[in-house]
Amino acid sequence: MHRFAKPSVFLKFTAPILPWLSVLTVILIAAGLYFSLIGSPVDYQQGHTVRIMYIHVPAAWMGLFCYVGMAICGAMSLIWKHPLADICARATAPVGATFTALCLITGSLWGEPMWGTWWVWDARLTSMLILLFLYLGYMALVNAFDDPERGSKAGSALALVGAVNVPIVKFSVDWWNTLHQPASIVRMDGPAIDPSMQLPLALMILGFTCYYLVVLILRVRLELNERRIRALHLSGMFDEHSTPAPPTEQSYDAGHNAEAKQ
Amino acid sequence: MTGFLAILQRDLRLALRQGADSVMVVAFFIVTTTLFPFGVGPEVNILARIASGVIWVSALLAAMLSLERVFQADYEDGSLELLTLSPVSLELLILGKVLAHWLTTGLPLIIAAPLMAVMLNMDQDGFAILMIAMLLGTPALSLIGAIGAALILGARRGGVLVSLLVLPLYIPVLIFGAGAVEAALLGISATAQLQIMAAILLLTLAAAPFATAHAVRQAME
Repeated sequence: MHRFAKPSVFLKFTAPILPWLSVLTVILIAAGLYFSLIGSPVDYQQGHTVRIMYIHVPAAWMGLFCYVGMAICGAMSLIWKHPLADICARATAPVGATFTALCLITGSLWGEPMWGTWWVWDARLTSMLILLFLYLGYMALVNAFDDPERGSKAGSALALVGAVNVPIVKFSVDWWNTLHQPASIVRMDGPAIDPSMQLPLALMILGFTCYYLVVLILRVRLELNERRIRALHLSGMFDEHSTPAPPTEQSYDAGHNAEAKQ
Repeated sequence: MTGFLAILQRDLRLALRQGADSVMVVAFFIVTTTLFPFGVGPEVNILARIASGVIWVSALLAAMLSLERVFQADYEDGSLELLTLSPVSLELLILGKVLAHWLTTGLPLIIAAPLMAVMLNMDQDGFAILMIAMLLGTPALSLIGAIGAALILGARRGGVLVSLLVLPLYIPVLIFGAGAVEAALLGISATAQLQIMAAILLLTLAAAPFATAHAVRQAME
Protein backbone atom coordinates (compact mmCIF):
# COMPACT_ATOMS: atom_id res chain seq x y z
CA MET A 1 0.00 0.00 0.00
CA HIS A 2 2.66 2.49 1.05
CA ARG A 3 4.72 1.71 -2.04
CA PHE A 4 1.95 3.19 -4.15
CA ALA A 5 1.74 6.39 -2.15
CA LYS A 6 4.62 7.95 -4.01
CA PRO A 7 3.66 10.43 -6.71
CA SER A 8 6.07 8.97 -9.28
CA VAL A 9 4.65 5.48 -8.73
CA PHE A 10 1.13 6.85 -8.99
CA LEU A 11 1.95 8.58 -12.27
CA LYS A 12 3.67 5.50 -13.66
CA PHE A 13 0.79 3.21 -12.75
CA THR A 14 -2.03 5.46 -13.89
CA ALA A 15 -0.52 6.55 -17.20
CA PRO A 16 -1.27 3.25 -19.00
CA ILE A 17 -4.59 2.74 -17.18
CA LEU A 18 -6.04 6.14 -18.01
CA PRO A 19 -6.78 5.68 -21.76
CA TRP A 20 -8.35 2.25 -21.19
CA LEU A 21 -10.40 3.50 -18.31
CA SER A 22 -11.60 6.49 -20.34
CA VAL A 23 -12.69 4.24 -23.21
CA LEU A 24 -14.41 1.89 -20.76
CA THR A 25 -16.23 4.84 -19.19
CA VAL A 26 -17.52 6.04 -22.56
CA ILE A 27 -18.67 2.53 -23.55
CA LEU A 28 -20.36 1.85 -20.20
CA ILE A 29 -22.18 5.19 -20.09
CA ALA A 30 -23.16 4.97 -23.77
CA ALA A 31 -24.51 1.44 -23.31
CA GLY A 32 -26.12 2.43 -20.03
CA LEU A 33 -27.82 5.42 -21.67
CA TYR A 34 -29.03 3.27 -24.57
CA PHE A 35 -30.56 0.68 -22.25
CA SER A 36 -31.97 3.22 -19.86
CA LEU A 37 -33.49 5.53 -22.46
CA ILE A 38 -34.48 3.11 -25.27
CA GLY A 39 -33.73 -0.52 -24.49
CA SER A 40 -35.64 -0.94 -21.23
CA PRO A 41 -39.37 -1.33 -20.62
CA VAL A 42 -41.62 1.42 -19.37
CA ASP A 43 -42.66 1.10 -15.73
CA TYR A 44 -46.31 0.07 -15.30
CA GLN A 45 -46.90 2.83 -12.77
CA GLN A 46 -44.34 5.52 -13.47
CA GLY A 47 -44.31 5.41 -17.26
CA HIS A 48 -41.30 6.99 -18.87
CA THR A 49 -40.47 8.89 -15.69
CA VAL A 50 -38.76 5.76 -14.39
CA ARG A 51 -35.88 6.54 -16.74
CA ILE A 52 -34.79 9.39 -14.44
CA MET A 53 -33.92 6.65 -11.94
CA TYR A 54 -31.08 5.45 -14.13
CA ILE A 55 -29.29 8.74 -13.50
CA HIS A 56 -30.64 9.40 -10.02
CA VAL A 57 -29.65 6.12 -8.33
CA PRO A 58 -26.07 6.00 -9.72
CA ALA A 59 -25.59 9.67 -8.80
CA ALA A 60 -26.78 8.99 -5.24
CA TRP A 61 -24.46 5.99 -5.06
CA MET A 62 -21.54 8.08 -6.29
CA GLY A 63 -22.32 10.85 -3.80
CA LEU A 64 -21.94 8.36 -0.94
CA PHE A 65 -19.08 6.45 -2.56
CA CYS A 66 -17.05 9.64 -3.04
CA TYR A 67 -17.67 10.72 0.54
CA VAL A 68 -16.51 7.35 1.90
CA GLY A 69 -13.48 7.57 -0.38
CA MET A 70 -12.77 11.09 0.85
CA ALA A 71 -13.09 10.03 4.50
CA ILE A 72 -10.76 7.05 3.95
CA CYS A 73 -8.22 9.31 2.23
CA GLY A 74 -8.58 11.72 5.15
CA ALA A 75 -7.91 8.94 7.65
CA MET A 76 -4.90 7.77 5.64
CA SER A 77 -3.48 11.26 5.50
CA LEU A 78 -3.95 11.70 9.25
CA ILE A 79 -2.49 8.30 10.15
CA TRP A 80 0.35 7.89 7.65
CA LYS A 81 0.72 11.52 6.52
CA HIS A 82 0.73 10.62 2.82
CA PRO A 83 0.44 13.85 0.85
CA LEU A 84 -1.01 11.78 -1.99
CA ALA A 85 -3.99 10.85 0.22
CA ASP A 86 -4.57 14.59 0.82
CA ILE A 87 -4.50 15.26 -2.89
CA CYS A 88 -6.94 12.39 -3.53
CA ALA A 89 -9.34 13.69 -0.88
CA ARG A 90 -9.18 17.22 -2.31
CA ALA A 91 -9.69 15.89 -5.84
CA THR A 92 -12.69 13.79 -4.78
CA ALA A 93 -14.69 16.51 -3.03
CA PRO A 94 -15.93 18.52 -6.06
CA VAL A 95 -16.79 15.31 -7.95
CA GLY A 96 -18.77 13.97 -5.00
CA ALA A 97 -20.49 17.31 -4.48
CA THR A 98 -21.51 17.41 -8.15
CA PHE A 99 -22.93 13.88 -8.01
CA THR A 100 -24.82 14.69 -4.81
CA ALA A 101 -26.27 17.81 -6.40
CA LEU A 102 -27.15 15.80 -9.52
CA CYS A 103 -28.90 13.25 -7.32
CA LEU A 104 -30.94 15.96 -5.58
CA ILE A 105 -31.84 17.68 -8.86
CA THR A 106 -32.89 14.50 -10.68
CA GLY A 107 -34.77 13.35 -7.58
CA SER A 108 -36.60 16.64 -7.52
CA LEU A 109 -37.45 16.39 -11.24
CA TRP A 110 -38.79 12.89 -10.61
CA GLY A 111 -40.68 13.91 -7.48
CA GLU A 112 -42.70 16.62 -9.20
CA PRO A 113 -44.73 14.26 -11.46
CA MET A 114 -44.63 11.27 -9.07
CA TRP A 115 -45.13 12.74 -5.61
CA GLY A 116 -46.62 16.01 -6.81
CA THR A 117 -43.92 18.07 -5.11
CA TRP A 118 -40.40 19.19 -5.92
CA TRP A 119 -39.17 18.67 -2.40
CA VAL A 120 -40.25 17.05 0.86
CA TRP A 121 -38.43 17.26 4.19
CA ASP A 122 -38.07 13.55 4.23
CA ALA A 123 -35.23 11.84 6.15
CA ARG A 124 -33.54 10.52 3.00
CA LEU A 125 -33.74 13.83 1.14
CA THR A 126 -32.66 15.87 4.14
CA SER A 127 -29.68 13.65 4.95
CA MET A 128 -28.61 13.83 1.30
CA LEU A 129 -28.83 17.64 1.46
CA ILE A 130 -26.65 17.57 4.59
CA LEU A 131 -24.18 15.45 2.63
CA LEU A 132 -24.02 18.23 0.03
CA PHE A 133 -23.44 20.81 2.80
CA LEU A 134 -20.64 18.65 4.22
CA TYR A 135 -18.97 18.57 0.81
CA LEU A 136 -19.29 22.35 0.49
CA GLY A 137 -17.96 22.83 4.03
CA TYR A 138 -15.02 20.56 3.25
CA MET A 139 -14.15 22.47 0.08
CA ALA A 140 -14.46 25.83 1.81
CA LEU A 141 -12.33 24.69 4.76
CA VAL A 142 -9.59 23.16 2.62
CA ASN A 143 -9.18 26.38 0.68
CA ALA A 144 -9.45 28.75 3.64
CA PHE A 145 -5.82 28.60 4.75
CA ASP A 146 -2.73 30.23 3.30
CA ASP A 147 -0.85 27.00 3.94
CA PRO A 148 -2.43 24.21 1.83
CA GLU A 149 -1.02 21.55 4.19
CA ARG A 150 -2.96 22.97 7.11
CA GLY A 151 -6.10 23.13 4.98
CA SER A 152 -5.79 19.48 4.02
CA LYS A 153 -5.32 18.38 7.61
CA ALA A 154 -8.30 20.36 8.87
CA GLY A 155 -10.32 19.01 5.95
CA SER A 156 -9.36 15.43 6.80
CA ALA A 157 -10.62 15.86 10.35
CA LEU A 158 -13.89 17.36 9.08
CA ALA A 159 -14.34 14.56 6.52
CA LEU A 160 -14.00 11.98 9.29
CA VAL A 161 -16.41 13.77 11.63
CA GLY A 162 -18.93 14.15 8.80
CA ALA A 163 -18.73 10.44 8.00
CA VAL A 164 -21.40 9.82 10.68
CA ASN A 165 -23.86 11.09 8.07
CA VAL A 166 -23.15 8.28 5.59
CA PRO A 167 -24.91 5.45 7.47
CA ILE A 168 -27.72 7.90 8.25
CA VAL A 169 -28.25 8.48 4.51
CA LYS A 170 -28.13 4.76 3.77
CA PHE A 171 -30.46 3.60 6.51
CA SER A 172 -32.72 6.66 6.72
CA VAL A 173 -35.38 4.83 4.69
CA ASP A 174 -35.38 1.95 7.18
CA TRP A 175 -35.21 4.01 10.37
CA TRP A 176 -37.89 6.53 9.54
CA ASN A 177 -41.16 6.34 7.65
CA THR A 178 -40.20 8.19 4.54
CA LEU A 179 -41.89 9.15 1.32
CA HIS A 180 -38.72 8.01 -0.42
CA GLN A 181 -39.04 4.30 -1.24
CA PRO A 182 -36.94 1.81 0.78
CA ALA A 183 -33.83 0.12 -0.60
CA SER A 184 -34.53 -2.09 -3.59
CA ILE A 185 -31.05 -3.10 -4.81
CA VAL A 186 -28.76 -3.69 -1.83
CA ARG A 187 -30.93 -5.62 0.62
CA MET A 188 -30.93 -8.89 2.51
CA ASP A 189 -33.26 -10.89 0.23
CA GLY A 190 -31.83 -9.87 -3.13
CA PRO A 191 -32.76 -7.06 -5.51
CA ALA A 192 -36.43 -6.26 -5.83
CA ILE A 193 -36.38 -4.81 -9.32
CA ASP A 194 -36.95 -6.48 -12.66
CA PRO A 195 -33.80 -7.82 -14.45
CA SER A 196 -34.62 -5.69 -17.50
CA MET A 197 -34.21 -2.62 -15.29
CA GLN A 198 -31.23 -3.97 -13.37
CA LEU A 199 -29.08 -4.05 -16.50
CA PRO A 200 -29.16 -0.31 -17.35
CA LEU A 201 -28.85 0.54 -13.66
CA ALA A 202 -25.78 -1.66 -13.23
CA LEU A 203 -24.21 -0.27 -16.41
CA MET A 204 -24.78 3.31 -15.27
CA ILE A 205 -23.42 2.66 -11.78
CA LEU A 206 -20.28 1.04 -13.23
CA GLY A 207 -19.98 3.82 -15.81
CA PHE A 208 -20.28 6.57 -13.18
CA THR A 209 -17.72 4.82 -10.97
CA CYS A 210 -15.26 4.56 -13.87
CA TYR A 211 -15.94 8.21 -14.73
CA TYR A 212 -15.06 9.15 -11.15
CA LEU A 213 -11.82 7.18 -11.33
CA VAL A 214 -10.87 8.90 -14.61
CA VAL A 215 -11.57 12.35 -13.19
CA LEU A 216 -9.75 11.45 -9.97
CA ILE A 217 -6.64 10.36 -11.87
CA LEU A 218 -6.73 13.48 -14.06
CA ARG A 219 -7.19 15.80 -11.11
CA VAL A 220 -4.44 14.15 -9.05
CA ARG A 221 -2.05 14.31 -12.02
CA LEU A 222 -2.90 17.97 -12.49
CA GLU A 223 -2.28 18.73 -8.83
CA LEU A 224 1.04 16.81 -8.86
CA ASN A 225 2.18 18.69 -11.94
CA GLU A 226 1.14 22.02 -10.44
CA ARG A 227 3.10 21.25 -7.30
CA ARG A 228 6.08 20.27 -9.37
CA ILE A 229 5.94 23.52 -11.33
CA ARG A 230 5.75 25.41 -8.04
CA ALA A 231 8.74 23.47 -6.70
CA LEU A 232 10.71 24.15 -9.87
CA HIS A 233 9.88 27.85 -9.66
CA LEU A 234 11.07 27.93 -6.07
CA SER A 235 14.32 26.22 -6.95
CA GLY A 236 14.97 28.83 -9.64
CA MET A 237 14.69 26.34 -12.47
CA PHE A 238 12.75 28.79 -14.59
CA ASP A 239 15.19 31.69 -14.26
CA GLU A 240 15.69 33.65 -17.43
CA HIS A 241 19.31 32.66 -17.96
CA SER A 242 19.25 29.01 -17.09
CA THR A 243 17.90 26.31 -19.37
CA PRO A 244 15.34 24.05 -17.70
CA ALA A 245 16.53 20.52 -17.12
CA PRO A 246 14.43 17.77 -18.66
CA PRO A 247 11.96 16.41 -16.10
CA THR A 248 12.96 13.25 -14.34
CA GLU A 249 10.78 10.87 -12.44
CA GLN A 250 12.59 11.66 -9.23
CA SER A 251 11.71 15.33 -9.42
CA TYR A 252 8.06 14.45 -8.76
CA ASP A 253 9.06 12.77 -5.52
CA ALA A 254 11.49 15.53 -4.55
CA GLY A 255 8.68 17.96 -3.81
CA HIS A 256 6.65 15.18 -2.27
CA ASN A 257 9.40 14.22 0.14
CA ALA A 258 10.10 17.81 1.06
CA GLU A 259 6.44 18.20 1.99
CA ALA A 260 6.37 14.95 3.94
CA LYS A 261 9.29 16.10 6.07
CA GLN A 262 7.64 19.32 7.16
CA MET B 1 -8.22 17.05 37.37
CA THR B 2 -6.64 20.17 38.86
CA GLY B 3 -5.81 21.26 35.31
CA PHE B 4 -9.43 20.75 34.31
CA LEU B 5 -10.70 22.81 37.24
CA ALA B 6 -8.07 25.49 36.73
CA ILE B 7 -8.96 26.00 33.07
CA LEU B 8 -12.68 25.94 33.89
CA GLN B 9 -12.14 28.58 36.58
CA ARG B 10 -9.98 30.70 34.29
CA ASP B 11 -12.42 30.65 31.39
CA LEU B 12 -15.39 31.34 33.66
CA ARG B 13 -13.56 34.23 35.29
CA LEU B 14 -12.61 35.65 31.91
CA ALA B 15 -16.19 35.37 30.68
CA LEU B 16 -17.59 36.98 33.82
CA ARG B 17 -15.07 39.83 33.96
CA GLN B 18 -15.46 40.63 30.28
CA GLY B 19 -19.12 40.38 31.17
CA ALA B 20 -20.85 41.31 27.97
CA ASP B 21 -20.33 37.96 26.22
CA SER B 22 -23.05 35.92 27.94
CA VAL B 23 -25.45 38.83 27.86
CA MET B 24 -24.81 39.26 24.15
CA VAL B 25 -25.63 35.63 23.45
CA VAL B 26 -28.92 35.84 25.30
CA ALA B 27 -29.71 39.19 23.66
CA PHE B 28 -29.02 37.71 20.23
CA PHE B 29 -31.27 34.76 21.08
CA ILE B 30 -34.13 37.03 22.15
CA VAL B 31 -33.79 39.38 19.19
CA THR B 32 -33.69 36.51 16.68
CA THR B 33 -36.75 34.93 18.24
CA THR B 34 -38.67 38.20 18.13
CA LEU B 35 -37.95 38.51 14.42
CA PHE B 36 -40.22 35.54 13.68
CA PRO B 37 -43.52 37.15 14.75
CA PHE B 38 -42.66 40.03 12.40
CA GLY B 39 -41.86 37.59 9.63
CA VAL B 40 -44.83 35.23 9.87
CA GLY B 41 -47.32 37.65 11.39
CA PRO B 42 -48.58 37.90 14.98
CA GLU B 43 -51.28 35.24 14.60
CA VAL B 44 -51.36 33.37 17.92
CA ASN B 45 -52.07 29.87 16.58
CA ILE B 46 -49.30 29.97 14.02
CA LEU B 47 -46.80 31.26 16.58
CA ALA B 48 -47.78 28.57 19.09
CA ARG B 49 -47.35 25.96 16.36
CA ILE B 50 -43.84 27.05 15.33
CA ALA B 51 -42.61 28.14 18.79
CA SER B 52 -40.49 25.06 19.57
CA GLY B 53 -38.75 25.14 16.21
CA VAL B 54 -38.12 28.89 16.39
CA ILE B 55 -36.64 28.64 19.88
CA TRP B 56 -34.37 25.77 18.86
CA VAL B 57 -33.16 27.47 15.69
CA SER B 58 -32.44 30.71 17.53
CA ALA B 59 -30.62 28.84 20.29
CA LEU B 60 -28.57 27.00 17.66
CA LEU B 61 -27.54 30.25 15.98
CA ALA B 62 -26.77 31.94 19.30
CA ALA B 63 -24.60 29.00 20.38
CA MET B 64 -22.84 29.04 17.03
CA LEU B 65 -22.06 32.75 17.08
CA SER B 66 -20.36 32.45 20.45
CA LEU B 67 -18.08 29.60 19.33
CA GLU B 68 -15.36 31.95 18.22
CA ARG B 69 -14.44 32.82 21.75
CA VAL B 70 -13.71 29.21 22.80
CA PHE B 71 -10.27 29.23 21.19
CA GLN B 72 -9.77 32.41 19.16
CA ALA B 73 -8.48 34.74 21.89
CA ASP B 74 -6.22 32.05 23.34
CA TYR B 75 -4.94 31.29 19.85
CA GLU B 76 -4.11 34.92 19.20
CA ASP B 77 -2.31 35.66 22.48
CA GLY B 78 -0.44 32.34 22.38
CA SER B 79 -1.86 30.78 25.53
CA LEU B 80 -3.38 27.97 23.49
CA GLU B 81 0.13 26.96 22.48
CA LEU B 82 1.15 26.77 26.13
CA LEU B 83 -1.92 24.68 26.87
CA THR B 84 -0.98 22.16 24.19
CA LEU B 85 2.53 21.98 25.65
CA SER B 86 1.36 21.54 29.23
CA PRO B 87 1.71 18.09 30.88
CA VAL B 88 -2.05 17.93 31.50
CA SER B 89 -3.84 16.09 28.69
CA LEU B 90 -5.17 18.51 26.10
CA GLU B 91 -8.45 16.59 25.81
CA LEU B 92 -9.20 17.26 29.48
CA LEU B 93 -8.35 20.95 29.14
CA ILE B 94 -10.61 21.21 26.11
CA LEU B 95 -13.41 19.54 28.03
CA GLY B 96 -12.92 22.24 30.68
CA LYS B 97 -13.06 25.00 28.07
CA VAL B 98 -16.19 23.50 26.51
CA LEU B 99 -17.85 23.21 29.92
CA ALA B 100 -17.03 26.87 30.57
CA HIS B 101 -18.49 27.77 27.17
CA TRP B 102 -21.66 25.86 27.96
CA LEU B 103 -22.02 27.41 31.42
CA THR B 104 -21.73 30.90 29.94
CA THR B 105 -23.89 30.39 26.82
CA GLY B 106 -25.96 27.19 26.99
CA LEU B 107 -27.19 27.69 30.52
CA PRO B 108 -28.34 31.32 30.04
CA LEU B 109 -30.15 30.20 26.87
CA ILE B 110 -32.01 27.49 28.80
CA ILE B 111 -33.08 30.07 31.34
CA ALA B 112 -34.18 32.49 28.63
CA ALA B 113 -36.03 29.84 26.59
CA PRO B 114 -39.25 29.64 28.67
CA LEU B 115 -39.56 33.42 28.48
CA MET B 116 -39.54 33.27 24.70
CA ALA B 117 -41.91 30.27 24.81
CA VAL B 118 -44.39 32.40 26.76
CA MET B 119 -44.04 35.27 24.28
CA LEU B 120 -44.67 32.89 21.38
CA ASN B 121 -47.76 31.47 23.12
CA MET B 122 -46.40 27.97 23.38
CA ASP B 123 -48.64 25.61 25.30
CA GLN B 124 -47.53 25.13 28.91
CA ASP B 125 -47.31 21.34 28.52
CA GLY B 126 -44.18 21.81 26.46
CA PHE B 127 -42.18 23.99 28.89
CA ALA B 128 -40.68 21.26 31.05
CA ILE B 129 -39.75 19.07 28.07
CA LEU B 130 -38.29 22.09 26.25
CA MET B 131 -35.99 22.79 29.18
CA ILE B 132 -34.99 19.14 29.60
CA ALA B 133 -34.34 18.83 25.87
CA MET B 134 -32.21 21.98 25.91
CA LEU B 135 -30.36 20.70 28.95
CA LEU B 136 -29.42 17.62 26.93
CA GLY B 137 -28.98 19.40 23.62
CA THR B 138 -26.98 22.56 24.34
CA PRO B 139 -23.93 20.74 25.83
CA ALA B 140 -23.84 18.65 22.63
CA LEU B 141 -23.92 21.91 20.64
CA SER B 142 -20.95 23.26 22.58
CA LEU B 143 -19.03 19.99 22.12
CA ILE B 144 -19.68 19.76 18.38
CA GLY B 145 -19.07 23.47 17.96
CA ALA B 146 -15.66 23.22 19.63
CA ILE B 147 -14.52 20.91 16.81
CA GLY B 148 -15.49 23.54 14.25
CA ALA B 149 -13.96 26.36 16.29
CA ALA B 150 -10.66 24.47 16.49
CA LEU B 151 -10.65 23.55 12.80
CA ILE B 152 -10.88 27.15 11.63
CA LEU B 153 -8.05 28.50 13.80
CA GLY B 154 -5.83 30.54 11.51
CA ALA B 155 -8.26 30.41 8.57
CA ARG B 156 -9.30 33.37 6.49
CA ARG B 157 -12.94 34.43 7.07
CA GLY B 158 -13.19 31.93 9.93
CA GLY B 159 -16.48 33.28 11.25
CA VAL B 160 -18.46 32.50 8.09
CA LEU B 161 -16.66 29.22 7.63
CA VAL B 162 -17.55 27.91 11.09
CA SER B 163 -21.25 28.21 10.30
CA LEU B 164 -20.83 26.12 7.15
CA LEU B 165 -18.94 23.45 9.10
CA VAL B 166 -20.98 23.31 12.27
CA LEU B 167 -24.59 23.88 11.23
CA PRO B 168 -24.94 20.62 9.23
CA LEU B 169 -23.66 18.74 12.27
CA TYR B 170 -26.16 20.56 14.51
CA ILE B 171 -29.15 19.29 12.55
CA PRO B 172 -29.69 16.01 14.50
CA VAL B 173 -29.87 17.95 17.78
CA LEU B 174 -32.38 20.34 16.19
CA ILE B 175 -34.54 17.51 14.80
CA PHE B 176 -34.84 15.60 18.06
CA GLY B 177 -34.92 18.72 20.25
CA ALA B 178 -37.85 20.18 18.35
CA GLY B 179 -39.38 16.71 18.03
CA ALA B 180 -39.38 16.19 21.80
CA VAL B 181 -41.27 19.45 22.41
CA GLU B 182 -43.65 18.66 19.56
CA ALA B 183 -44.43 15.27 21.11
CA ALA B 184 -45.02 16.84 24.52
CA LEU B 185 -47.39 19.39 22.96
CA LEU B 186 -49.34 16.60 21.27
CA GLY B 187 -49.60 14.82 24.62
CA ILE B 188 -47.38 11.90 23.56
CA SER B 189 -44.45 10.75 25.66
CA ALA B 190 -41.22 12.46 24.57
CA THR B 191 -39.02 9.80 26.17
CA ALA B 192 -37.80 8.38 22.86
CA GLN B 193 -36.56 11.74 21.56
CA LEU B 194 -34.99 12.61 24.90
CA GLN B 195 -33.20 9.28 25.00
CA ILE B 196 -31.80 9.86 21.51
CA MET B 197 -30.66 13.33 22.60
CA ALA B 198 -28.96 11.80 25.64
CA ALA B 199 -27.28 9.32 23.28
CA ILE B 200 -26.07 12.17 21.05
CA LEU B 201 -24.74 13.98 24.11
CA LEU B 202 -22.87 10.90 25.36
CA LEU B 203 -21.44 10.21 21.91
CA THR B 204 -20.20 13.77 21.45
CA LEU B 205 -18.91 13.82 25.03
CA ALA B 206 -16.82 10.74 24.28
CA ALA B 207 -15.62 11.67 20.80
CA ALA B 208 -15.60 15.46 20.41
CA PRO B 209 -12.76 16.29 22.87
CA PHE B 210 -10.41 14.00 20.93
CA ALA B 211 -11.37 15.45 17.56
CA THR B 212 -11.04 18.98 18.97
CA ALA B 213 -7.67 18.26 20.58
CA HIS B 214 -6.47 16.84 17.30
CA ALA B 215 -7.58 19.96 15.44
CA VAL B 216 -5.96 22.24 18.02
CA ARG B 217 -2.66 20.37 17.76
CA GLN B 218 -2.77 20.74 13.99
CA ALA B 219 -3.34 24.46 14.31
CA MET B 220 -0.26 24.71 16.53
CA GLU B 221 2.09 22.94 14.10
